[in-house]
Amino acid sequence: MRLNNERPAGTGVILVTFIVAALLEVMPLSDSLNWVRPDWMLLVLLYWVLVLPHRIGVLWGFFLGLYHDVLVGTTLGQWALAYAFGAYFMLAAYKRMRVFPLLQQSAVVFLLVGSANLLAFLVQESVGRTLYPPYTILYSAAASAVLWRLVCAALRWTQLRFLVR
Amino acid sequence: MSSANPTYRLLIALVLAVALMALDQRSRWGDPIRYAFGYLAAPMHYLAHLPVDTARWVGSQTHSRQELVESSQRLQRQVLILEQKVQRLAVLEAENVRLRELLNSSANLDASVLVAEIIGIDPDPNRQELVINKGGRDDVKQGQAVLDSQGLIGQVVEVGPLSARVLLITDASHAMSVQVNRNGVRAILAGTGQGNRLRLLYVPDTADVRKGDLLVSTGLGQLYPRGYPVAQVVSVSHQSGAAFAEIQARPNAHLDRVSHVLLVQSMEPVSLPDARLPEGGSTETSPAPGHTTSDNVEVPDAAQ
Repeated sequence: MRLNNERPAGTGVILVTFIVAALLEVMPLSDSLNWVRPDWMLLVLLYWVLVLPHRIGVLWGFFLGLYHDVLVGTTLGQWALAYAFGAYFMLAAYKRMRVFPLLQQSAVVFLLVGSANLLAFLVQESVGRTLYPPYTILYSAAASAVLWRLVCAALRWTQLRFLVR
Repeated sequence: MSSANPTYRLLIALVLAVALMALDQRSRWGDPIRYAFGYLAAPMHYLAHLPVDTARWVGSQTHSRQELVESSQRLQRQVLILEQKVQRLAVLEAENVRLRELLNSSANLDASVLVAEIIGIDPDPNRQELVINKGGRDDVKQGQAVLDSQGLIGQVVEVGPLSARVLLITDASHAMSVQVNRNGVRAILAGTGQGNRLRLLYVPDTADVRKGDLLVSTGLGQLYPRGYPVAQVVSVSHQSGAAFAEIQARPNAHLDRVSHVLLVQSMEPVSLPDARLPEGGSTETSPAPGHTTSDNVEVPDAAQ
């Protein structure tokens, strides 16, 4: 994880984790569970920015968000903007984030996912495709914060197992 | 270097994102980008749908002989009833076309359809959209009407190479022109964003709309074919002081349960010499009479 001076490796593994996240993102759920669907792709992006800030950054966020836009059929640029900002905030905070206890990490994730979702919500609002009040995005942010520990553990295992650096 | 200062990259992303949004909202130039990304996005929907497919396949492999015999008998009875209805329909259709010719109004449109399977549902509760497994490669076009066996479902709003997105009639941003089947009163049917609720807009308090009325598409707006059932009125309430009646309707199609849908492919005018009795129930996807028999339908003389 701290082997920053070595040659980068494991881009394929990172892409695979994003693919799994995208799958979870479009997996059909019941109506009530849809409200608390965590923002899987953003969670995975935040993890990789946290551990590999020299490799995964704003532009990864942008293109990942663009893919998310096509995947769920939103205005092009909506999630691209949100994910770029999410990655940017994480880049600004990763040094502190690494020494935070898990509970505090979850709080930061809540804020990051919440603000990214808010940006996406504002764009969606401006094109008139929102129906429910803005606070509903907090459900998804809360679910993301709760699952941060799990995502962290799974990705840490993947990272060590496949020597991503 | 630049990784030490990501602010520039954020600025680039910001400018790009805003440009993309403007492009996508104000012009059609966003579509090629979507189409290209569609090659990467569609496999996700197919993959996410795979467990459902597998479960259905396993289910179909484990029917007992008893069940199969029963379902076959049930279907045979159903075919018999439907065939009997189709016989009357062919005569009525011919008569209808002839009467329309007398009135000098344009002929009815008959449509051929393409069957597609639903492989995805929009995860966003704010929007009511579906993903189907037919796309640009199967000649799906933007704006095509989508039906199920019971009624209209919605329209195609976005076409990818391998999949397409369907906007449901229940989406809050969707509205269409309908008329009451009983008496021809026209109104606008708008979605509410809730899965099973539609609203009739701007219906005068005195208009003759009752609970249980069937609403059919009018074909105004050139998007939906004419005369397909869309919804059923479930409640009509008149408030004193309000200019319009408050009318709720329920979609005819089973939007939450349907797994296969029909895409209306092309609209051809029904012409009289082709209006013959279909032989058996052997038309597959096209409701247009494909097989012909030697005896023409008796048509009342136009001169009378």
